[in-house]
Amino acid sequence: MAALSSPLRVCRGILKELRAIHGAAYKQGPMYSYVIDQFRKNQITGERYCRAQQEAHHDAHSYLCLLASTRSQMILHNIYHSKEERSMESAAGLVGLRLPTQPGGKGWEK
Amino acid sequence: MFRNLFRLQTQVGSCLSLSKICPRSQHVLKYSTATTERKRFYQDVSISQGEGGLFEINLDRRKLKTPGGKLFTVPNEALAIAVATEWDAQRDTLKFYTMHLTTLCNTALDNPTQRDKTQMINAALKFLETDTVCYRVDEPHGLVELQKNEWDPVLHWIENRYNVTIGSSSSILGPEIPEATKDTFRQHLNSYNFWSLTGLEYVITQLKSVVLSMGIIDRHLSVEQAVLLSRLEEEYQIQHWGNVEWAHDYDMYELRARAAAGTLFVHLSSESTTVKRKLMQD
Repeated sequence: MAALSSPLRVCRGILKELRAIHGAAYKQGPMYSYVIDQFRKNQITGERYCRAQQEAHHDAHSYLCLLASTRSQMILHNIYHSKEERSMESAAGLVGLRLPTQPGGKGWEK
Repeated sequence: MFRNLFRLQTQVGSCLSLSKICPRSQHVLKYSTATTERKRFYQDVSISQGEGGLFEINLDRRKLKTPGGKLFTVPNEALAIAVATEWDAQRDTLKFYTMHLTTLCNTALDNPTQRDKTQMINAALKFLETDTVCYRVDEPHGLVELQKNEWDPVLHWIENRYNVTIGSSSSILGPEIPEATKDTFRQHLNSYNFWSLTGLEYVITQLKSVVLSMGIIDRHLSVEQAVLLSRLEEEYQIQHWGNVEWAHDYDMYELRARAAAGTLFVHLSSESTTVKRKLMQD
């Protein structure tokens, strides 16, 4: 039932995430060579339904999910949860609302 | 008096020289600083193989240790590389809440709650009685249909795979799980080693469902699918009432990250790779 995207897309996705982590030098970390190695190793198999290949594919997909969701979670955290205390305007602005204004003042201001 | 001064000086002197001689003194990483943020204090992260074939993580030249003070060792290389990547991904400050694999390894190594395999299996199976997939609602009708269409196939799959009966129920007490089912699962879970069980229990706790966790571990579901099924009611309500990014998306990504980390941890801890070369026959 596990409808996973093709191995090529998973591999590209992982490499994209690694580049997002490390920047320009992403090819020098140990993970890059390991990922490329693993994908190459499992590419050629003599059997039609190779269990090791399916397992490796699932594991790669899980790792891609881990990297992508950690990064997205950090992005959201930095946007919404990192500031100490917001003003009322910016807090309302988070969900796209504006504070109500009443022309002429509220009556109890000087 | 002079003799005492002299003795004091030599003691202080020896302390200073000792710290100069061995700069590689074991560095205890303080995880528990809740208020102050730890800055990234290392440049390079690398792995090395130590005694017994276990892998260690090196931050610059210092070896990583668990919060309990033990040396951080990992049984296989893939997990070690993944943990090293987690540490390398930290920028200015260390955000421990994003380092899920490291946390899992620390839990497995330190075992702070002092549990053994049997206790962990019992704790995991306890979730079966309140499994998300087995708890159905009676209304609204759309949600009932959604639960039937999405959760029933998974239930059928696991009942066929393990030859057990679980069933679903819409009463407040939940389904009645027969003892035979529990025994079958107990036997199956016993075949996992301690590290894999740590990861599996983590996934079960996060997804709040034994059925969905077994679905991922047996590679029947992907992580995204299992997270979607676990949050089925939330997704239904989101479609109805709208999505709030800073709560819904944040929770979804966090759940995905944790479930993915847990399942990767289980798979990497329980697999072993052998390479068989086939000779080309002319």
